[in-house]
Amino acid sequence: MYRYDEFDRAFVHERVAEFRDQVGRRLSGELTEDQFKPLRLMNGVYLQLHAYMLRIAIPYGTLSSRQLRQLAAIARDHDRGYGHFTTRQNLQFNWIALKDVPDILEKLAAVEMHAIQTSGNCIRNVTADHFAGAAADEIADPRPYAEILRQWSSLHPEFTFLPRKFKIAVTGSPHDRAAIQTHDIGLQLTRDATGALGFVVYVGGGQGRTPMVARKIRDFLPERDLLAYCTAILRVYNLEGRRDNKYKARIKILVHESGEAAFREAVEAEFAALRDEALDLPTPERDRIATYFAPPPFAALPERSVVFERAIAADPDFARFASRNAHPHKVPGYAIVTVSLKPVGGPPGDATATQMEAVADIAAHYAFDEIRVSHEQNLVLPHVRRDDLPAVFAALRQAGLATPNAGLVTDIISCPGLDYCALATARSIPVAERISERFADLDRQHEIGDIKIKISGCINACGHHHVGHIGILGLERKGEEFYQITLGGSGDETCTIGEIVGPGFSSRRIVDAVETVIDTYLALRTSPRENFLAAYRRLGEAPFREALYAAAE
Amino acid sequence: MPLYRSGAFVTDDWTFLTDDTPLPATGAVGVSRTRFLAERDALLGRTDPVGVMLTAGDTLAGIVPDLPRLALIALRFPKYGDGRPYSLARLLRERHGYRGELRAIGDVLHDQIPLMRRCGFDAFEVSHPSTVAALRDQRVVAVRHHYQPASAEASEIRPESHPWRRVSAPHL
Ligand code: HEM
Ligand code: SF4
Repeated sequence: MYRYDEFDRAFVHERVAEFRDQVGRRLSGELTEDQFKPLRLMNGVYLQLHAYMLRIAIPYGTLSSRQLRQLAAIARDHDRGYGHFTTRQNLQFNWIALKDVPDILEKLAAVEMHAIQTSGNCIRNVTADHFAGAAADEIADPRPYAEILRQWSSLHPEFTFLPRKFKIAVTGSPHDRAAIQTHDIGLQLTRDATGALGFVVYVGGGQGRTPMVARKIRDFLPERDLLAYCTAILRVYNLEGRRDNKYKARIKILVHESGEAAFREAVEAEFAALRDEALDLPTPERDRIATYFAPPPFAALPERSVVFERAIAADPDFARFASRNAHPHKVPGYAIVTVSLKPVGGPPGDATATQMEAVADIAAHYAFDEIRVSHEQNLVLPHVRRDDLPAVFAALRQAGLATPNAGLVTDIISCPGLDYCALATARSIPVAERISERFADLDRQHEIGDIKIKISGCINACGHHHVGHIGILGLERKGEEFYQITLGGSGDETCTIGEIVGPGFSSRRIVDAVETVIDTYLALRTSPRENFLAAYRRLGEAPFREALYAAAE
Repeated sequence: MPLYRSGAFVTDDWTFLTDDTPLPATGAVGVSRTRFLAERDALLGRTDPVGVMLTAGDTLAGIVPDLPRLALIALRFPKYGDGRPYSLARLLRERHGYRGELRAIGDVLHDQIPLMRRCGFDAFEVSHPSTVAALRDQRVVAVRHHYQPASAEASEIRPESHPWRRVSAPHL
């Protein structure tokens, strides 16, 4: 993990002092809410329906157990005993007093964390594959680059007042778990013919009201040009991006309106001019940062674990957990474990302080002290010995965290929706809860197999509904909530925006509608190995539309 | 309007002309980019200094060759949230080697001034009363540790062996 040195510590402490000063000026009335807003947003403080919300950056979703314990303590001392993990690998506290924020930031700084740039029209917290450094299919670890980007973008003097927010994601595996093509910049690590490392560069992906899949603007960017190239993209965007209409201000609109070729040309021209002035990424500095992400001291273990296999044979609950929540690791004898924050009927992504502490303990004991937050709103223990999986399962079960549903129908992504969010047009958490209750039966969930349901409470799409295999968008009409269904979306390397199948459903009928879609899939799939997305891509929307709307006619 | 330059409030020695005000015989004058391009020879033919005012959304087209002859460029922030002048400032300083005064005008507020400085601004026209007070009392609490070089290399320290770290002086 990255560790702060004196410089990093000084930086965050100065930032806390600066924000304390800004909060003081707001509380004294020297700053109007209007003038204060961009300042608090730069530090992740939102004004929500009921209270201030504080969003804490978890850079590329990586936490130590000490950090997770501190988050638990903050949940207990300043919130209502829980926190909410988001699709951007951040943590949100929903019940915060503004006057407490500087103290909370101080507590975060003590464990090398902050809330810098978790909102506002700046470069946001950089996200990465939550299996980074562990995934069996990884070409190179994306975290050093995500950390370099985090540093470079922190309080960047030129790029703090962009036309709109700006999100960067990095993945090191061909299978994209970081949804890079839905980001403003998506970076995919790759090697050229000589074996040198570099990036495939995507620009202009985004969700919100005009969802767009990013365009590939570079097949290979040598790693040393990373910062110069990102500077070029950001500078073109800062100067040319639209500022007349905030709904047209994202870089995706600029790419779309200027055309991919013209946009690429502008970036390449700026990059060519910048190259001599700006930052390259010298190998020693890259290596210095990469050292922090060196693999933990893995033991030399056989591929097979007798303890694990015995437990599978003896305990069907464990077998079910292992079949969904344990994933292949690059090192023999180890596995990656998903800790589901999606209990049946619970709000997706919430964890209590006690649960955070339990995960911290388990990580300290069994997993080299490392925890990840996934954009699917779960936690991940990236390095667990297969021999220890039964014990980890038992400990998670004790904390109420052993739901064996990773990637299944109840592993739902949902934004906070109308229960918290001032922009919402409908509730989303209660819909997620009801769907998960409907499909509570584990045999049925496992029978249905891989499927991603994603729910947003308004067109801003924080719940990624556009890229859900089944996407649900909550809207409002004449004071009534209704829900629009999209099918066939995907956020991985086959990134696709889902298609709207027809008129929306009332709150009462939405769960039935989801069930109809799933039953249709079950009836039409060629075999259990053809998952929902594959079946949808083969069949198209017709049979689903028919099943959904025929009954109504 | 109060002008803050090199650590203190000073009297403004420049006159900014609207496009239809006649050119005075003497004195430092600033004009819009349009007027500069139209009356370039007359302006540069005077003995007193000439400056150009640009606003967010303008480009540097046409003025780059004359930068060595300009003593002032004023960049207008129509709203503090409009970040375009930051990029223009860096282009002027880093790409085109502009050495004259680079003045921030318009919506210039306390919390943006440290960023402006790092992008190469060295003078600030400030009307916001508490920003004036904060500058006068040296209360602009800024983050001094930076993770990227910008246009303030002359006034920033570069800690050894870290290519992109910079530290600025304790006060503006
Ligand atoms: C509760 C307060 C929140 C507010 C006021 C809010 C506001 C917004 C707005 C206005 C957009 C649209 C931006 C645009 O289209 O330019 C957006 C997009 C987004 N938000 Fe939120 N959001 C909130 C919470 C969340 C949460 C909890 C998450 C994570 C679970 C999240 C993740 C996202 C993502 C992933 C997007 C889509 C990014 C894109 O447009 O490409 N937001 N949010
Ligand atoms: S999608 Fe809409 S309702 Fe949901 S969190 Fe975002 S802004 Fe709020």
